[in-house]
Amino acid sequence: MGLSAAAPLWGPLGLLLTVALHPALSLRSARAWAPRHHRDYCVLGAGPAGLQMAYFLQRAGRDYVVFERAPGPGSFFTRYPRHRKLLSINKRYTGKANAEFNLRHDWNSLLSHDPQLLFRHYSSAYFPDAGDMVRYLRDFADKLGLPVLYNTTIAHVTLNKDRRAWNGHYFILTDQKGQAYQCSVLLVATGLSVPNQVDFPGSEYVDGYESVSVDPKDFVGQNVLILGRGNSAFETAENILGVTNFIHMLSRSRVRLSWATHYVGDLRAINNGLLDTYQLKSLDGLLESDLTDLAIVKDRQGKFHITLKFFLEENNQSADAITLPQDESDNFAMRVAYDRVIRCLGWNFDFSIFSKSLRLSSGGEFSKKYPLVRASYESKGSRGLFVLGTASHSVDYRKSAGGFIHGFRYTVRAVHRLLEQRHHSVPWPSTQHPITQLASAIIRRVNEASGLYQMFSVLADVVLLKENATAFEYLEEFPMRMLAQLESITGRQARHGLFVINMEYGKNFSGPDKDVFFYDRSVGHTEDAWQSNFLHPVIYYYRHLPTEQEVRFRPADWPLPRPTAIHHIVEDFLTDWTAPVGHILPLRRFLENCLDTDLRSFYAESCFLFALTRQKLPPFCQQGYLRTQGLVGTESLRQHGVDSGLLRDYAAVGRRPGDSGQQPGSQGPGGQPLAPGPPVQHFDSNKEEL
Amino acid sequence: MMSSSFNVFRVGISFVMMCIFYKSAVDALPELSPQKFFSILQPGKATLAYFCQADSPSTSVFLEELNEAVKPLQDYGISVAKVNCVTEETSRYCGKEKDLMKAYLFRGNILLREFPTDTLFDVNAIIAHVLFALLFNEVRYINTLGDLQNIENALKGKANIAFSYVRAIGTPEHRAVMEAAFVYGTTYQFVLTTEIAILESIGTEDIEYAHLYFFHCKPVSDLTQQCRRTLMEQPLTTLNIHRFIKTMEAPLLTEVAEDPQQVSTVHLQLGLPLVFIVSRQATYEADRTTAEWVAWRLLGKAGVLLLLRDSLEVDIPEHANVIFKRAEEGVPVEFLVLHDIDLIISRVESNTHMKETQEYEDNDMEGPDMDIQDDEVAETVYRDRKRDLPLELTVELTEETFNATVTASDSLVLFYASWQAISMAFLQSYIDVAVKLKGTSTLLLTRVNCADWSYVCTKQNVTDFPVVKMYKEGENPVSYAGMLGTEELLKFIQLNRISCPVNITSVQGAEEFLSGELYKDLITYSRVSVLGLFSPTMTTAKEEFTEAGKHLKGCVITGVYSEEDILILSDKYAVTLPALLLARHQEGKIESIPLANAHAQDIVQIITNALLETFPEITVENLPTYLRLKKPLLILFSDGSINPQHKKAILTLVKEKHLDSLTPCWLNIKNTPVGRGILQAYFDTLPPLPLLVVVNLHSGGQVFAFPSDQAISEQNLLLWLKKVEAGLESHITILPAQEWKPPLPAYDFLSMMDAAASQHPPKKIPECTKETDVQENDGEQPEEKSAIRNEPIGTWRIKHWSRSNWFGEAKKSFVYDNKEL
Repeated sequence: MGLSAAAPLWGPLGLLLTVALHPALSLRSARAWAPRHHRDYCVLGAGPAGLQMAYFLQRAGRDYVVFERAPGPGSFFTRYPRHRKLLSINKRYTGKANAEFNLRHDWNSLLSHDPQLLFRHYSSAYFPDAGDMVRYLRDFADKLGLPVLYNTTIAHVTLNKDRRAWNGHYFILTDQKGQAYQCSVLLVATGLSVPNQVDFPGSEYVDGYESVSVDPKDFVGQNVLILGRGNSAFETAENILGVTNFIHMLSRSRVRLSWATHYVGDLRAINNGLLDTYQLKSLDGLLESDLTDLAIVKDRQGKFHITLKFFLEENNQSADAITLPQDESDNFAMRVAYDRVIRCLGWNFDFSIFSKSLRLSSGGEFSKKYPLVRASYESKGSRGLFVLGTASHSVDYRKSAGGFIHGFRYTVRAVHRLLEQRHHSVPWPSTQHPITQLASAIIRRVNEASGLYQMFSVLADVVLLKENATAFEYLEEFPMRMLAQLESITGRQARHGLFVINMEYGKNFSGPDKDVFFYDRSVGHTEDAWQSNFLHPVIYYYRHLPTEQEVRFRPADWPLPRPTAIHHIVEDFLTDWTAPVGHILPLRRFLENCLDTDLRSFYAESCFLFALTRQKLPPFCQQGYLRTQGLVGTESLRQHGVDSGLLRDYAAVGRRPGDSGQQPGSQGPGGQPLAPGPPVQHFDSNKEEL
Repeated sequence: MMSSSFNVFRVGISFVMMCIFYKSAVDALPELSPQKFFSILQPGKATLAYFCQADSPSTSVFLEELNEAVKPLQDYGISVAKVNCVTEETSRYCGKEKDLMKAYLFRGNILLREFPTDTLFDVNAIIAHVLFALLFNEVRYINTLGDLQNIENALKGKANIAFSYVRAIGTPEHRAVMEAAFVYGTTYQFVLTTEIAILESIGTEDIEYAHLYFFHCKPVSDLTQQCRRTLMEQPLTTLNIHRFIKTMEAPLLTEVAEDPQQVSTVHLQLGLPLVFIVSRQATYEADRTTAEWVAWRLLGKAGVLLLLRDSLEVDIPEHANVIFKRAEEGVPVEFLVLHDIDLIISRVESNTHMKETQEYEDNDMEGPDMDIQDDEVAETVYRDRKRDLPLELTVELTEETFNATVTASDSLVLFYASWQAISMAFLQSYIDVAVKLKGTSTLLLTRVNCADWSYVCTKQNVTDFPVVKMYKEGENPVSYAGMLGTEELLKFIQLNRISCPVNITSVQGAEEFLSGELYKDLITYSRVSVLGLFSPTMTTAKEEFTEAGKHLKGCVITGVYSEEDILILSDKYAVTLPALLLARHQEGKIESIPLANAHAQDIVQIITNALLETFPEITVENLPTYLRLKKPLLILFSDGSINPQHKKAILTLVKEKHLDSLTPCWLNIKNTPVGRGILQAYFDTLPPLPLLVVVNLHSGGQVFAFPSDQAISEQNLLLWLKKVEAGLESHITILPAQEWKPPLPAYDFLSMMDAAASQHPPKKIPECTKETDVQENDGEQPEEKSAIRNEPIGTWRIKHWSRSNWFGEAKKSFVYDNKEL
């Protein structure tokens, strides 16, 4: 689990949490008499996601409040990660001025209008210290004046049916003092706060990541076993690697390297020193086994032995008599005695404060630690309850960045846009453009948009075509799996076809066992673009908005249902998709063929010729030249045009009568197939052997 | 008459039929009687004869194959015949039973071999067997490794060996080896085996159904030494063997001291690249060793040369140690720095692979290349990308400087995106404006690259590119809505120097305003000056006019006069207040327009209409304003300035209201050369000028031409126009009404993905995807748009197969055969 951006606020300490439960129960009766404060929006938790949502609510002038248990924002980061180094990169230089682009490489900042509130002003370290994150979040809340109720522990959340309420019910939040708050919309940004514990015999001997010593001196000359294989496990190992006899790491699954999976929550190269020493035969090692089958036995010297639960059940005797695996198989890998066993198994969402009536259940088989939400981040159990931040990661667990600041800052914005339309009739922001700007609008976004880049295959831009495809509306960062509900979520109409602009890795590129450095991994030819491996823009064209069914039963591995047509912009080493022939030209051809029109641009002179020699004009001339906004061009450009054969030198026409026959008036300027109609086929008669 | 032409037709047919007949007779299998057959056998000439019963069926599979073998065998000087064993002249070659008919090979009249027909199962087998029999000495058939070693030992220092393994006798590979042996059999010892064990024992891995080795035995002087071997990596086809042997014959390493671009060897002619190892005198020995080593590795794949750079006059980059020259003509040589010999090898090998795939693609594309830019703006901007613009004449604004700059001084801002062609084309005009205004204007010319300063542009509401806005203190920014060109933008800037409308405070000032004296330098940009006349009490009317003036800012000079002595002016120009005075400076005329209860929009409309001329010279810049009238155009094309007589005639008609349903205008070919293109579209060839046409642009697209033999006079013109209107004149052309469709198709990635998913994991060899492409398109989604490129797969496949003229000179195109045959 990446600690970098997890944002739980509900007490990192498991013990405290259980304590908190009891007052919550006893306060039930108190709720009846406490005066209720009403708020349209209640945000639980002032971590990065909570503050991010508060910022958008603030800017929109909404009635809201943020509850935070700790005395300041970002309390998770006051203790975690234990070794204080964040894994989220703080890339301060990209060589580009574009602030939106730079957010692609800034994994720590929240979104705001204030350029001073960028994380790079808070730390110069590439992997910054967690203390800087706390400082940053405090400034973010203070400078923007976000109303956070600190030291307020919401101990219990329940539902109160009321017809007048926006969603048919209010959320009733009760704090530790028995004060109740009535909220129309509940935004849960409490992160993952409960350490994950696996129950097995001897688990009481195990040190938890949350409390284990971070002083390497405490591990000198010891044999250490670490349970878990995430970043916290490796971070812990890294810290003591130099002083232990050896470290063994045990977990059920194989190690997943983030550079192979392209998932930032998997093991980051910065933490993988142990892999290096393991593979370079330095006594440290990795083992795979299911933890629930294990048992730990303590011997008289206080050392720990690994055995199987199965053996314990056989004969429940004293430590010395218990069967160990090596008794039967004398080369059992974990036959040595350990001085210490450390548990680093990640965190779970705290479900305990939510009443059953909210029907907030845990996610599916592979994301039990997260509450179950729709692709719109709304709880499946109760309307009006949204899960934000790290806890919302079930939507894109192990796929995209939704569990981390650099991902959920955008999903929070998407939720806010949805709420604005749902409750305040403010449609999803969009810009209107003439159709001639379509390729430009797409090129602009794929080159700078950070939300598309960070939340690839989760948030996508949508182009809604107007009637006759003469104009379009551009919507940014829409949760793509809600595409079927686009009209109700955005308040915009999609009657005349749409494009969805997404960023994707190659279909078979990422994965725990994949060799991502294979030879010939990059694709250079535009016609092979669909085989691109690295993150690249993919554009889907639908003639009609897909239905819910179509989205649900989309092909495996596809983020969206089968489109009418699809375009891949070929991957680019510099993620700079502005090459005129390599990137823009194939995109234009795709758009042209979807819209069945000619999207080329023309100089005013060409439009003038078309205007007087044809009854119809290409869109560029219609929308530019005819509105007296034609592109005149300069003499040197004209000369290039003549040289390239795309423009004709009319001053020379007629002086050489010979060339007039070549250029019947029905063609565009130049012999090239500028004119509409079927493309000219060049059959080369010389190639008779073909 | 009818019948005679019919006869001609029949003669034509019979002639054609005769030709066919004649042609087929040449290659057809001659049928002879035994006697006749033996009489025509020539000494030394080989003949393959098939003896069959006269009453046997005239067609059989064997005969068909034999028939096909006639032509290729003839190429080797071997004739073929079918001998009919008639009962009266039986021959010993005639079998006793129908089933036991055989083919016999003679040289002269000596029988060489007899073949049961089942060994000659197809044309390949026939040719392979016949040549095998004839080339008995040239091609040694062996069974054991010992045989091979004996031959090898015997030939050391004497001749080279072409050793081949084929799976069986009579296969196409066998035929290919025999055909090669026919040509090269006297030069090299050919050795053939069908024993896979021999191949294994000489260390071949991955044994396929045929292999060919070249044993370099001739240079071996020491009998204990083994002959070097080169494996031919391409499939065994006649063509490949030919090419392979040619490269074996070529010198292993050539030393050259000339421009590598000029060097040509047999390799280039065979479609193989050349690799030059660059050497200096100082390292000559070592380089030569390296080069030899490389040459052995690349034998059969590329030519290797040692280039002595010391004596060379051509400039070779200092560090380049390898030069790579492709076989394609006109491709410049590549200078490389490679520190590993394996890199040289892999370079060559990947290049051959690339070439194959590329040629495949070129080949199956047929139509125009989709990767060729057909957007004139994008292409011209791209071609101009290396030119340095004097960008320093404009101030580049950033997120930090934008607000400070536009509030501190009056500024013009160009919002553009550096990756957008239209932006970059206009940037040039913008810079031209800056050049023209250099040092004369107080207006600051600035620009913002939205590719860098995205948020600045968004904040200024700029979402499309390019956009020009003018920022003036205390005023809302004004967007420029004119032509994206130097002249028009310059006009906008100049006319924005004065406030709009200008407040005139004296009668004398008003007169100067109307005469153009007041803004002498501006009237070149605004042909018309508009003065609003109001009595001091008419505040509402004045406000409306002021608003209209603001709206027209940058297009036309407007002024307002509302002093107490307004009556002097209203009397002089005989207008009732409120009113507009329109001064047309070129004509020196002043018109007046009453302005009772007009709103700002109305005033804008009035002024805009007044700006239109009655008989304008049409240009690229002003056409759109006249097209708005939606009337047919009456255009007088003129080469140079207009004939005053013609002008007078038309103006008279205008005055007499005969031309109200038309927009009369003229076009000067000298000012607007694209007019020639228009004339070509109307007349195909350029007609003599002047010339008058009516173009019905908005309904029907007919073009009518005024008869060139008539003088352009009022009467003639009027008469003609009436006839046109009455439908009595026929049009010379109708303008095409086609929609603007996509100029070229797009890549159909969806089908490619389908194909990959339905078949095997994605492969880079295009033929697989293409093939399935078509199937998918046919089967699964017939409803999909025709946006999609369908590959005419059948055609290109056939093309490859029909390339059978194998002894034609090996040219570059041979690359295909590696894969196909």
